[in-house]
Amino acid sequence: MFEAVAFYLFAFLTITMFYITVTTAQALYALSALAAGMIFISAFFFILGADFLGAVQIIVYTGAVMALYAFGMMFFDTTREVKEKNGNKYIVVGLSVLAAVMIVAIFSAPIISTNMQAFYPMIEGAGNTQMVGMVLFTKYLVPFEVAAIMLLVAMVAGIVLAGKKMDLSLTLLNAEEIQAIEDEKNKKVLS
Amino acid sequence: MDNAYLIETVIKVVVILLVFSALAGIGTYFERKILAFMQRRLGPMNVGPFGLLQVGADGIKLFTKEDIIPSGVVAPIFKIAPVITAATAFMAAAAIPFLPSFTVFGYEVHPIVADIDIGILYVLGVMAIGLFGPLLGGMASANKFALLSAARAAAVFISYEVVTGLAALAPIMLVGSLSLIDFNNYQIENGWLVWSQPLAFILFWIAAFAETGRTPFHLIANDHEIIDGFGTEYSGMRWGLFFIGEYANMFFISFVIPIIFLGGFGDGSVLGAFALLGKMAFFFFFFLWTRAAWPDVRPDQLMWLCWKVLMPLAVINVVITGFVMMF
Repeated sequence: MFEAVAFYLFAFLTITMFYITVTTAQALYALSALAAGMIFISAFFFILGADFLGAVQIIVYTGAVMALYAFGMMFFDTTREVKEKNGNKYIVVGLSVLAAVMIVAIFSAPIISTNMQAFYPMIEGAGNTQMVGMVLFTKYLVPFEVAAIMLLVAMVAGIVLAGKKMDLSLTLLNAEEIQAIEDEKNKKVLS
Repeated sequence: MDNAYLIETVIKVVVILLVFSALAGIGTYFERKILAFMQRRLGPMNVGPFGLLQVGADGIKLFTKEDIIPSGVVAPIFKIAPVITAATAFMAAAAIPFLPSFTVFGYEVHPIVADIDIGILYVLGVMAIGLFGPLLGGMASANKFALLSAARAAAVFISYEVVTGLAALAPIMLVGSLSLIDFNNYQIENGWLVWSQPLAFILFWIAAFAETGRTPFHLIANDHEIIDGFGTEYSGMRWGLFFIGEYANMFFISFVIPIIFLGGFGDGSVLGAFALLGKMAFFFFFFLWTRAAWPDVRPDQLMWLCWKVLMPLAVINVVITGFVMMF
């Protein structure tokens, strides 16, 4: 009974949150609803007994949405409504309904044809975390490593782009040194 | 589901909520007294003996003050932000074993609400959600100082989450489990983890100050602008909820550090239980001691410390631990 109550509660909450995310014109509402929805999704992992994935869902999406907030702070006045440019509404609605129907069809197809079977059945005595580890480092080792390399590439690119004047700190310079930097900038603009 | 289990869980939840909300109030008293003694003052003196009833006076003030929602704020987010901080602090407590299990009237009680397999991940993750409170409060306030404070909260969070995770990773590798009970049992057999992982202990401890937003990293309140950061626009109990959350978080992290590194409650004897409470008291006292003895660091120093000192050290620690375990 508890599972059923929890499932319907969190299903309702998650759908409401994502509905707000999509429909609101207020950046702060959208971000907060997104964060809440992502965290509520972890409840489904806990209900299914996948504790590890549930905790990872919480940790990863708290950090990720926090970074989105930082961008929201930079680009919008988050206390005001954003004027959205709505194109042809019928095309948007039609395409999203089509996409939703297709996703449901793709994921429910194996259930209809009863072709669903577990490649890696449960190992007796191994906990949830160990099971994730075993599958990740045997069957899915290559995608895992490729993802790691892609993240490394992104990190190096980020450091190269952002790290040009990393050791320069304006708070540690005196007035003349700051003035010299300003003059250097103006010279470039004038010439 | 077993009725006895259900009743036990409900009682445990209520007890934890009551004890730690009361402790959060009393924590402010301890903080004022300790800060006062370290700065050669007397602290609260007038209300009750030794100023002990000051907590009650503060409570009455917070509860009866008008709850002002300024015009121009994003009201729903503004109202819910303090609740997030307080609620997530208590949610994190669900996976912390506060005492060893004991027997009351022939019924064995485990003083942990849910002994899940991933205790430490859950505690750190849910505690981290608590920083959404200052962030949302600051962003919804329509006040530039509050917004600055929110920006700093986001920066501190994104940086120090990395250090906490990496510092906790090395002990997790040694123990081979994420459950805090397993951490405790591992240390009964193999000695305290602080001896085999001293570096991880210190890194985790430093990161705990950032996670709870305490003094050397207290950037979420703009002390140098003489303004209270994200709390500027708040009044009454909504402001108080931020502080209940902060102090509850301090208490919970003071439980988590000894359980991970300093042997927890040991073999579960009465002595072990008191030892855990003693260690908790020490770590809580250390938070206050640091506040009396250290200035706040600058935001750029904070980032420098995190990304150029603590994170490389944590990574090296994980790598060395891995090599030692392999060979």
